[in-house]
Amino acid sequence: MAGKEREKPAKKKVVEKKYPMKEQPAAERIRNYKEVPYGYDVETAVKEARRCLQCKKPVCIDGCPVEIDISAFVLAIANEDFAEAIRVMKSYNNLPAVCGRVCPQEDQCEKVCVLAKKFEPVAIGRLERFIADYDYEHNIAPPTEIAPPKDKKVAVVGAGPAGLTAAGDLARMGYDVTLYEAFHNTGGVLRYGIPEFRLPKAILDQEVEYVKSLGVKVECNMVIGKIFTIKELFNDLSFEAVFIGTGAGLPRWMKVPGENLIGVYSANEWLTRINLMRAYEFPEYDTPIWAGKNVAVIGGGNTAMDSVRTGLRMGAETATIYYRRSEKEMPARIEEIEHAREEGVVFNFLVAPDRVLGTDDGWVRGMELCRMELGEPDESGRRRPVRCEGSQYEVECDMVVVAVGTYPNPIIPEATPELEVTKWGTIKVDEETGMTSVPGVFAGGDIVTGGATVISAMGAGKRAARGIDAYLSDK
Amino acid sequence: MGFKILGRDDITTESVRMVVAAPFVARKCEPGQFVILRLDERGERIPLTIADFDRGAGTVTIIFQKVGKTTYHLATFREGEEIRDFVGPLGRHLDLGKIGTVACLGGGLGIAPIYPKVRALKAGGNYVVSIIGARRKDFVILEDEMRAQSDELFVTTDDGSYGLHGFVTDQLKLLLEEGRKFDTCLAVGPIPMMEAVCKLTAAHDLPTLVSLDTIMVDGTGMCGSCRVTVGDETKFTCVDGPVFDGHQVDWLEAKARQRRYHPQEREAMEKFETERGTA
Ligand SMILES: Cc1cc2nc3c(=O)[nH]c(=O)nc-3n(C[C@H](O)[C@H](O)[C@H](O)COP(=O)(O)OP(=O)(O)OC[C@H]3O[C@@H](n4cnc5c(N)ncnc54)[C@H](O)[C@@H]3O)c2cc1C
Ligand code: SF4
Ligand code: FES
Repeated sequence: MAGKEREKPAKKKVVEKKYPMKEQPAAERIRNYKEVPYGYDVETAVKEARRCLQCKKPVCIDGCPVEIDISAFVLAIANEDFAEAIRVMKSYNNLPAVCGRVCPQEDQCEKVCVLAKKFEPVAIGRLERFIADYDYEHNIAPPTEIAPPKDKKVAVVGAGPAGLTAAGDLARMGYDVTLYEAFHNTGGVLRYGIPEFRLPKAILDQEVEYVKSLGVKVECNMVIGKIFTIKELFNDLSFEAVFIGTGAGLPRWMKVPGENLIGVYSANEWLTRINLMRAYEFPEYDTPIWAGKNVAVIGGGNTAMDSVRTGLRMGAETATIYYRRSEKEMPARIEEIEHAREEGVVFNFLVAPDRVLGTDDGWVRGMELCRMELGEPDESGRRRPVRCEGSQYEVECDMVVVAVGTYPNPIIPEATPELEVTKWGTIKVDEETGMTSVPGVFAGGDIVTGGATVISAMGAGKRAARGIDAYLSDK
Repeated sequence: MGFKILGRDDITTESVRMVVAAPFVARKCEPGQFVILRLDERGERIPLTIADFDRGAGTVTIIFQKVGKTTYHLATFREGEEIRDFVGPLGRHLDLGKIGTVACLGGGLGIAPIYPKVRALKAGGNYVVSIIGARRKDFVILEDEMRAQSDELFVTTDDGSYGLHGFVTDQLKLLLEEGRKFDTCLAVGPIPMMEAVCKLTAAHDLPTLVSLDTIMVDGTGMCGSCRVTVGDETKFTCVDGPVFDGHQVDWLEAKARQRRYHPQEREAMEKFETERGTA
């Protein structure tokens, strides 16, 4: 392959577009659960890395919620020094194979990349994924340094990205870490929410194995707040600090009539049955699912895209998104929206259900929708949808997935009255340290921010690990 | 790493009792709560009421009726074998305190889950009148245990092979017509039975609590599979229940939701029987 010469990429003519990544053709992939993009091969990755200008002020780093030294790892790939690239990456990010696949790069590093002003940005996400996958295949990362044991116990609650990151970092600092998870398996949303075709579970398993290899003990089937309260973790199990990363897993409903009809799923139920419980392999796996032929999904985020694309793979003839704002406001990753379109998903903007219509025996038969228009911006800065009265119309469908957001999980706050929460039910923390109103108790991820992103949850896990270390070192 | 079965007996041809080593669950659980279990890597997650527990021994007792693939499969587990996952205690703990005279109705597979509630009511100083019913005599379970924890016990069978010929509601109706007064009624069983009890008690202004056995996945409020309309509100059985005001439950919806996977459940059962060669 090319690449003997080491001339500075910036001197060359700029390659205007990202090198494309091969993908499974749409017609084929809607009949399987295999991952859609195949990832870069070595040659393409190196070529893509050489598009980078190696800016003096790499603004991409400011765009990254965990401030990965992007220009350094991209340069290492350009130089074909993959061990160095993964070393840089892992010093910032414990889960690069996940982030390379699911981060909204177009809103983060790639949004601010200097190249993006005139051309396409460097494909930072694809390079991140490349280097993580290359490492798993060739095992080139230098072994992680683990500090000598500190003989202090820390409990981490919730094995999503926030908890996995906090646990991994604390173990590296030498703490004796136990990770408690309510489900029978780790990963949080990465396991029960994000489908196999977007994030293969084998990748997640490798990332979890890595965290375990750092010495983290994982205990599943433990609903903290029920089996042990936070206080009991301190008093009965002698933990000296606790991190809460229990996520925002409670489904939000539309609160319209007909929402409890059969065939109406929360996105969480639809995705959990399929991803965590593997109902798509029923009856080889025991968990049943009922999948419609004309699937309607309400919402415009990643969860909605995952739900609708899963609908197709479960055999839907039509799969339709109904979103109450316009395409511009859709919070989903651009790649997911594009993939959904290629797969034949139909998008309806500026509409919202007034009710779900049912048959006499309680099954969904359609929806009554109301058109919307965009009014003034709301607190989130997005223009608020306003109903167009009299515009109501009916559509037919036999299944509805409600993907309009989630609430924080209340089990721990309810069982821990001394823990201060906001009016939205999220846990209040000190931005810097992640410490809650209860000394020694830290929190981060979706339970603090409400539904956000994998990388912001990881960032919060990292900050809290440092906060816990500082707290326990002073004690 | 699973949860070991320390004791197992067939209490009728269709019901099994198991004592499971689950010290952390045993340490914390209270009457009215449940566990969710998964038998193996391919298993589904199903809720079962905690029938009894022994904090000292670190055990939790479950009693289940063989009704579908998972319960039939669980019934084949022997002493010493392990259940892969066993999560709990889930649901709200039912603390009724002292309310006076309570009618406790357990129908069929509802007898096992009502038993711990009866025991708690009795321990709380209430006068407990229990009525348990089954299809026929040999399906009546926990009669001795129930008798020991109740001030009065009535038994009914659908075919009249034991006790009153009829349903638990028939027995309750007789008592109400005799002029017996109750402060509260508690009913656990199949939906048609609980619905019938509620219809009867509504006519007598007798407050009635029911314990719902909805289809669940996580059991921690994350999916809404277990949702039920109570009054004007949607409630999640796993976190808001399982006990609700029976007069407020939308039974029509609850019935439809409970049936929603029947074809799949049958398919899974048939596959299981074929594979086991027990068809
Ligand atoms: C379908 C879907 C698709 C998404 N796609 C993307 C994407 O493409 N890119 C992106 O950046 N973000 C995406 N997100 C958002 C992202 O997944 C979340 O922001 C992120 O997972 C939050 O991480 P967390 O660790 O805070 O919580 P979670 O991932 O929710 O993990 C919390 C964990 O805590 C456990 N838990 C809860 N309560 C208890 C308790 N009481 N005791 C013990 N354990 C408990 C839960 O079971 C869970 O495993 C998506 C979300 C969904 C739902
Ligand atoms: S901003 Fe873009 S071009 Fe500049 S260093 Fe970062 S990735 Fe390279
Ligand atoms: S079982 Fe999922 S919310 Fe109750």
